[in-house]
Amino acid sequence: MSRKPKPTVFLQRASYRQRRLRDASKLLPFVGIVLFAIPLAWTTQGPDQKVGSLGLIYVFGAWFALIAVSGVLTSLIRPDRTEDDNGPPEP
Amino acid sequence: MSFNALIAIALGYVVFLFFIAFLAERRAKAGQNSWVSSPWIYTLSISIYCTAWTFYGAVGYAARSGLEFVTIYLGPTLVMVGWWWILRRLVRIGRAQRITSIADLVSSRFGKSTQLGMIVTVISVIAATPYIALQLQSVTLSFAVFAETGGANWNEADFNAAAVWTSVGLAVFTVIFGTRNLDANERHHGVVMAIAVEAVVKLLALVAVGVFVVWGIGGGPSEILDRIDNSDIVLWHNDGGRWISLIFLSAAAFLCLPRMYQVLVVENADERHLQIASWAFPLYLFVMSLFVVPIAVVGLDLMPPGSNPDLFVVTVPLSEGRDGLAVLSFLGGFSSATSMVIVATIALATMVSNHIVVPIWLRLQANQHAVMSGDVRHVILLSRRLTVAGILGLGYLYYRFSVGGTALATIGLISFTGTVQVLPAMIGGIFWRGATGIGAAAGLVTGLIVWLWTLFLPTFGTDAVISQAVMDHGLFGLSILRPEALFGISGLDPLVHGIFWSMLLNTAMFVICSLLTFPAPLERLQGAQFVNVFDHSTAAPAWTNAATGAEDLLIMSQRIMGSAEAQALFEQEALDQGKSGYLPEVTPTFIEKLERELAGSVGAATAHAMILQLIGGSSVSVEDLIAVADEAAQILEYSNRLEAKSKEQESTARALRAANEKLTALSIQKDAFLSQISHELRTPMTSIRSFSDILREGEMSQDEYRRYAAIIHAEAERLTRLLDDLLDLAVLEHGQVVLREQTGRMSDLLDRALGAAGLQDGVLKVVRDPKTEDVVLTTDLDRLVQVFINLISNARKYCDAKKPQLKIKVTREGQTCTVDFIDNGSGIAPEKRALIFEKFSRVADGSKAGGAGLGLAICREIMQRLGGDVTYVAHKSGASFRVRLPHVQRVDALEET
Repeated sequence: MSRKPKPTVFLQRASYRQRRLRDASKLLPFVGIVLFAIPLAWTTQGPDQKVGSLGLIYVFGAWFALIAVSGVLTSLIRPDRTEDDNGPPEP
Repeated sequence: MSFNALIAIALGYVVFLFFIAFLAERRAKAGQNSWVSSPWIYTLSISIYCTAWTFYGAVGYAARSGLEFVTIYLGPTLVMVGWWWILRRLVRIGRAQRITSIADLVSSRFGKSTQLGMIVTVISVIAATPYIALQLQSVTLSFAVFAETGGANWNEADFNAAAVWTSVGLAVFTVIFGTRNLDANERHHGVVMAIAVEAVVKLLALVAVGVFVVWGIGGGPSEILDRIDNSDIVLWHNDGGRWISLIFLSAAAFLCLPRMYQVLVVENADERHLQIASWAFPLYLFVMSLFVVPIAVVGLDLMPPGSNPDLFVVTVPLSEGRDGLAVLSFLGGFSSATSMVIVATIALATMVSNHIVVPIWLRLQANQHAVMSGDVRHVILLSRRLTVAGILGLGYLYYRFSVGGTALATIGLISFTGTVQVLPAMIGGIFWRGATGIGAAAGLVTGLIVWLWTLFLPTFGTDAVISQAVMDHGLFGLSILRPEALFGISGLDPLVHGIFWSMLLNTAMFVICSLLTFPAPLERLQGAQFVNVFDHSTAAPAWTNAATGAEDLLIMSQRIMGSAEAQALFEQEALDQGKSGYLPEVTPTFIEKLERELAGSVGAATAHAMILQLIGGSSVSVEDLIAVADEAAQILEYSNRLEAKSKEQESTARALRAANEKLTALSIQKDAFLSQISHELRTPMTSIRSFSDILREGEMSQDEYRRYAAIIHAEAERLTRLLDDLLDLAVLEHGQVVLREQTGRMSDLLDRALGAAGLQDGVLKVVRDPKTEDVVLTTDLDRLVQVFINLISNARKYCDAKKPQLKIKVTREGQTCTVDFIDNGSGIAPEKRALIFEKFSRVADGSKAGGAGLGLAICREIMQRLGGDVTYVAHKSGASFRVRLPHVQRVDALEET
């Protein structure tokens, strides 16, 4: 019965950075939910309160920003998974 | 552009796809698949999410409902961006357990249950049928557009013929490339390559139309934005419920659609590809939808009123005379439809054959043993091929009988809602160990029924399945069962209403039944493996050494995997075991490996059942498996405990060393004390004896007689005091003392102590601050005074200053009160401080004080009884003792100790 080595409490600066990048990546969908929930606050009551091209630009802008941040984060995250906080990956 | 030319182009395109698929298969076979299995191909293959519904329907959707169309892409974007949460887990589980489909995932998780696999398969097939119909509809509609510009006016028969021919063509392609390999877990390189090419074609087509509309017709982005502002299109409806529901729905469907599971998990070659796809696929979606609103707006402007906005992508270029662009756009739509249908039918065929056909076939053959001549492979392959045809047939029938005019998006969303019924069981299964098979089944069936009633059956139109009377007044006249207003809630949009009730009741049944039932052992084992997949990717239940011969297993495996592959597997295993020949030893590990290999072909439930059939009675019971797992867990825990113990021992050893030093010092002290105490006891005894001897002799004056008696009395008193102290200490230490609670003022206590400490000689000067002493205490005051007396008389006895002085300082801090006794002598040497509170320890040599070294020990015991303590505080000048006592003392608890 082999036991996986106990994870150390403090990490090197580089692995620390990796952990935080992963945290950011995990938070991203929630940022997305908030961004995409904002249109709920738009109101179209009244005749001249029409959501026009600005609304369109907002939705697509937020969408693109989300993709861009996700792209930057995933390119920074090393695929090296031995430091996976969930333990050793491959059998 | 004649219609025949279009047919020729479409056929040419199909031949091209065949060629690509064939080439990819060949390269893969030759081992040069590094290129085929790249993250970009993976990303492109995921784009089968964008079906013809996306390609044509999105524009129509935007024309009708404005921005709402993006919800269909925002959901998947959120899922992909949050890949770390769910997708990574799904892919890992899929690889570790060799999962072949979403039905297999659910079945496998809940104890390899055949019934659950069947339920999920049935739901998926029902939900996919309208969707496939939708693809046929869009392809035939786009054909019709070209036919009409060619002058022909299509009647219903023409539409049907087009739909039939499209279905047949799709079935042929899928059967040829999708059901080649039996191992559903193996990647379909040809199909993946073809759909990747199609993904590029549809992206290019939509972008080309978009660019043409924005720059060719509109005159640039800013003009288009003006046009949007001035057009009649309503971008935002005040319906937040729909917006949020649809984002949720599309996110959930992205995870639950069988075809998405197929490309996301089964065709995934490397977990790291997910990382690239996590942003690349949302980007694809982004580009796909970027031009949708401009096309819709320009289409609404250009096209005559009443024309179908679903077809703007084709009709706008046609109306501007851009035939080439229109054909490209047609090919884009065609690609979207075909790639979706191909992958969906492959995924569904795998599910139907593994979870419905094979289990039934196995049951029919139950009387014959699984070891027999003949090949199961052809049964499975045939069933898959028939299923492909059957599903396309169902799609065609739905197309024929449903309301043809319903907008594409509506059917698509209803189909999504059906698929999403798997979500609670799936998410619950991979995150919650308490989820049980009964709970999953209850949730799935409930969700299916609610969905059928509220959304699916009404799509056939009024009076087709559900009569208008039932729609208006509910089933059996019960108004709470109205399809579009369950439980009397009628204010909701029908779709939101359906999503809300089906998901709510589904999840509620799943959770409640899971909480109430107890899972079977295999379920618990699988549950642990799924939920903790990142902890142990390999752990699996073990078969005990079975009596079955390797030959029987080989025969069975050959029937499923094909003889060459099965033999290769067995030979390799024999080699690994160090045996010559082709039959390995039947070890539990080998059976487990074999089961997993077979699961890749026929699904976990069937593979498990087949192995079970062969190994028969000699297989271990599941309870045994649990025991094995428990044992392993125990070993793990034991080793954990050992590690903790060894750490504990280290610290204990350190503590022991310190204690040993202290003990040695104490032992020396004790020896010193013993000689001291014997001396102390002897001296009074000797004088008592000798003086009492003299008294016995008599013959002395009255004066002498009285003097001697006084000496005897004094010595006896000294003895008594010594014995009293010892007794007091013993009583305190054994906790038999009863404390008497009283309330008094600190200043009175100190007065009493000073009065009793024998300071009448005036040698020791006492400094007090009466203001701070105004503290009311409730505790055993007599005992406290005893402590004070002890400390004051110690100062009197040991303070070696020329003008001895004792400072008594009272401090109150919150609930605690401290009293410091500070003298101006030389204090206590550091090496002796550790011992002063021990029994029989004496700081001063000799018997200057006449005590036995018990005073401070008694003080400490008393203070501990009172809930406080007394400590020695190193002070700049002289000795300082600090008595700390809780301000309010509760005594009743102390009496019991």
